[in-house]
Amino acid sequence: MSRLVVASIGPASSVQDGGRHGAQRYGLTVSGAMDWLSLAAANTLVGNEPFAAAVEIGPFGAAFTARDGAVRVAISGAPRNADIAGRPVAIDTSVTLKDGETLTLGFARGGAFSYLAIEGAIKGELVFGSLAVNARAGLGSPYPRPLQAGDEFNVDAASGAPELRIELPKPVSGPIRVLLGPQDDEFDDANKALFLDSEWKISATSDRMGYRLEGPAIKHLHGHNIVSDGTVIGSIQVPGDGAPIALMMDRGTTGGYPKIATVITADVGRLAQTSVGTAFRFQRVTMAEAQDEARKFARLIKDLPDRLRSSDTVELNIEALSDANVAGYAVSAVDAGTWQVTAEP
Amino acid sequence: MAATLPPPRLLPSGDSAVTVEFSRTIDDAANERVLALDKALAANPIDGITETVPTYRSLLVHYDPGKIGFEALGDKILPIASQPLPPAMKARRWRIPVAYGGEHGIDLEDVAKALNTTPDDIIARHSGGDYRVAMIGFTPGWSYLSGLDKSLQMSRRQSPRLLTPAGTISIGGIQAGIQCLAAPSGWHLLGRTPVRTYQLHRNPTFLTEPGDRVTFFAIDHKTFGELDRAAEAGEIVAEQVTA
Repeated sequence: MSRLVVASIGPASSVQDGGRHGAQRYGLTVSGAMDWLSLAAANTLVGNEPFAAAVEIGPFGAAFTARDGAVRVAISGAPRNADIAGRPVAIDTSVTLKDGETLTLGFARGGAFSYLAIEGAIKGELVFGSLAVNARAGLGSPYPRPLQAGDEFNVDAASGAPELRIELPKPVSGPIRVLLGPQDDEFDDANKALFLDSEWKISATSDRMGYRLEGPAIKHLHGHNIVSDGTVIGSIQVPGDGAPIALMMDRGTTGGYPKIATVITADVGRLAQTSVGTAFRFQRVTMAEAQDEARKFARLIKDLPDRLRSSDTVELNIEALSDANVAGYAVSAVDAGTWQVTAEP
Repeated sequence: MAATLPPPRLLPSGDSAVTVEFSRTIDDAANERVLALDKALAANPIDGITETVPTYRSLLVHYDPGKIGFEALGDKILPIASQPLPPAMKARRWRIPVAYGGEHGIDLEDVAKALNTTPDDIIARHSGGDYRVAMIGFTPGWSYLSGLDKSLQMSRRQSPRLLTPAGTISIGGIQAGIQCLAAPSGWHLLGRTPVRTYQLHRNPTFLTEPGDRVTFFAIDHKTFGELDRAAEAGEIVAEQVTA
């Protein structure tokens, strides 16, 4: 066994996995990773199941040190600088920390959450099949709370497997897609149009429970109290002040505000990775489109192992390069094999 | 053969859940249909349904769109949801001890004043009620009860409290509640129960189920302390009555 020690970490960082399913009828929140695809990509890189427990790292930096042996890890999600003793480490690759080495991650530059997966996965005591931290209910393992410096994980010693990178598809850009309902009939056509046609920003008061949206006030037809009913991840409820809240992983299982629309499954992670203050729009899609996208998204996650490449094959991937550049980073075309990434000023 | 009941509305809750809505208001008849549909789906599972969440007026059905589409699922649910209700089944009944008033029920006196009566009368009316667990939600184990005496119905507090204690027994609007974990609440706090409706390492983890019947009985604050210690050690401390 090796240990991975949290040398430093910012707020909003915790152990997360695919979430806690099956007990929502008792009020048990699902929790789990804010960005399922990035969690799955990081886990796939180190040979774990896609929704194994990993460290979800919030927008601030973090550092992890290997002790008592080598530890193999991978980072996916929000772009950020990463290095081991000044040696740059690319996002979406695996890397092995030698005993005593420290992986240092900078602030997220665009997006919010990154995932540090550890070969063999984080171990702990499962509650309803999950290690995911739900701080409000005191659940999660090995630490039922956000991570702090000094926390450590007992992990498998690095296997010595060759390092890999993963070629993710070109990210979807454009509006966050929604289905109207379940309570869109609590709003008139003008207010539905106002919701769909306006520019929105994520408020700084957002958290894993919900993203508050800044934009025009949405008015209800019959007031803001409905009899509480079930919520889902991605429900967009409109409380009395007219400022919508998109419910995220730590949402309450039931809620008493009308829900005007629901973010489609394939776009929940995209919304989660929208930085505070970035303007975006919603777009209405049909049920057939949304379910088709949900099936494609599930297949993408299932087939992630097909996207693994040896990290020392030099292969010029124009699509990946252009994505990285679109995301605000200049990628060296010469050195695409190691995905040497440098920030634009 | 009995006539079928009016079909519920199927409201899309995204691409992986559907709200099967029987009523827009709190209505015992609708809640019975919610619980009957929930039971029917548990007894004869439809492939693709992953989880159900009963509430006062609707059943939220989570499903995997990789296994079944919205239309196909609706076609299977509607005939089941429109069936006449089966004869009422014997429900489990819990007798829940409550320490009313004082530090455990800080709103008891104010509620009595607002309703022009005495704290003892409020206790009698609250503990004299025959309740049903209509739904569990918000936080683990928070049991929302229907059956509150109409004379106890009053609007919620103007400003919700940011934290109310674990075990709080409260009323809000036409609802009564058993709260398990400390949580924010805008309801009126009448007392506290030592009973944990949710306790992680106990078997069962969750005590109450939607459809269970509930009555309350008053205990003194000393008994509360004793039962609270027993509950902390994993005892259920609620009395189960078999009808």
